[in-house]
Amino acid sequence: MVREKKKAAAATLDSFEPDSEAPRDNYRVRLEVFEGPLDLLLYLIKKNEFDIFDIPVARITEQYLEYLQLMKELDIAIAGDFLVMASTLIYLKSKMLLPPEPKTEGEAELAEDPRAELVERLLEYQKFKEAANMLHTRAEIEAACFTRAPLETDSSNPEVSATVFDLLRVFRDILQRATAVAEIEIHRDEVTMGDKLRQIKTLLEERHEISVREVFESCRTRRELILTFLVLLELAREVEITLTQSQLFGEITVRKRTAEEVAAIRQSLEETSETEVTSEEAQAVQA
Amino acid sequence: MTEEIRIQGDELSEEELMTELETAEQIAQELEEETAAPDFGAAEGEPSEEPVTEPAEITATSAELKPAIEALLFVADEPLPFKQLCRVLGEVDETEVRRMLDELISEYDARQSGLEIREIAGGWRISTRPQYHEFIRKYLRSKPSARLSLAALETLAVIAYKQPITIPEILEIRGVSSSSAIRTLLEKRLIVTKGRKETVGRPMMYGTSKEFLLQFGLKDLSELPSIEDFEDLANG
Repeated sequence: MVREKKKAAAATLDSFEPDSEAPRDNYRVRLEVFEGPLDLLLYLIKKNEFDIFDIPVARITEQYLEYLQLMKELDIAIAGDFLVMASTLIYLKSKMLLPPEPKTEGEAELAEDPRAELVERLLEYQKFKEAANMLHTRAEIEAACFTRAPLETDSSNPEVSATVFDLLRVFRDILQRATAVAEIEIHRDEVTMGDKLRQIKTLLEERHEISVREVFESCRTRRELILTFLVLLELAREVEITLTQSQLFGEITVRKRTAEEVAAIRQSLEETSETEVTSEEAQAVQA
Repeated sequence: MTEEIRIQGDELSEEELMTELETAEQIAQELEEETAAPDFGAAEGEPSEEPVTEPAEITATSAELKPAIEALLFVADEPLPFKQLCRVLGEVDETEVRRMLDELISEYDARQSGLEIREIAGGWRISTRPQYHEFIRKYLRSKPSARLSLAALETLAVIAYKQPITIPEILEIRGVSSSSAIRTLLEKRLIVTKGRKETVGRPMMYGTSKEFLLQFGLKDLSELPSIEDFEDLANG
């Protein structure tokens, strides 16, 4: 899929002329795979028999963009690299239209052709394209040469060297692994928020007042600690408990509110706005 | 010995089995040591690289030389490096070995043998000649393996000529992103990583592998035609 995207397959019209009057559904589509923008440019240069050292930038840009349009119409994803080349071509085209920069003394003759860099890249790429062809041919020939089938003694046939002892060793490894597996049984922590809530409520029912430290110390796992913390927060929000502190950084005590207290606070909360809720609660905590 | 290690099904407890196994392993170790004892020529750790040289050095006589070379090339499961070939043949003159190799090659050619001897990937190898591949494939019932895509071949060409090279440098030449082609080439073990370039981002550098030489029938990288030669070809 990735390859599909990188490689843009472009289709050419039967007669690829900008002013072609062929109706759209009469396109004779020839699928040509272009490896990239340079490949497409080389194709266009060859097709039009342009001189690579004197590329008519305007015409080639026109054809290049038309190809991109065609690719778009055929729903072929255009790789970003093709668009980069399009912008390069348009830039070159505009540069060619401008009068050359005023020449300074001495380098009058060596005014840089704006196309030079592109031509160099095209020539370089063309060489590697040919080299790829050469590699392809070489691989075809080489794939047709066969060496003898591997012998039993070849290292690629390690099973030959296995003995009954190797078999036993493997068997023992498996046995060991089987015992090892048994040792790492995973105890799933089944404590839920609901469990913890009930647990703390019963505790408060019995004791009315407990220190937070005591509540947390009864926890065995990290998960239980977190759940306990959440339950305490929840209870405080539901105004079922008060959290008090006798001094700064001192012990925090959890005290259960009586049913009357809870009802009274809840009623007053309903009457006040949200901003006041916090102050109400703060007062409750301070009390 | 087989008596000792017989596993008696369910009757044997695990503990008993373990002791049995340990005894068996001891015996195995002793056996290994026994067989390994006379083999003091081979260096440890590189058994396949170093040929097992017999303590009583044997040397091929001049009459044996050519047939021995042919026999060795026949059994070698991968290209046999020249130096290794000479070592196995004993106290022989290297130029003589080379001469015999050349003679063998021309003999194969002269009688239009279905086999050929060639230097490839740093060693000498006997293989069938490509023109008979159809018969061989028919016999082996094998199809030609999947070809590399053009994108992969182009990328490989760039790497082969410009190695070590980074992905951005390949992009510069091909004008198109090559990362998926790189992945394919790595999977096919045609290229290997060659460390990182000491530049911004320290990109990975790539080069061709021994597998590349093998699959493209090259002695070494110097056998690749010069990249400049393709210029005339391309413009012609």
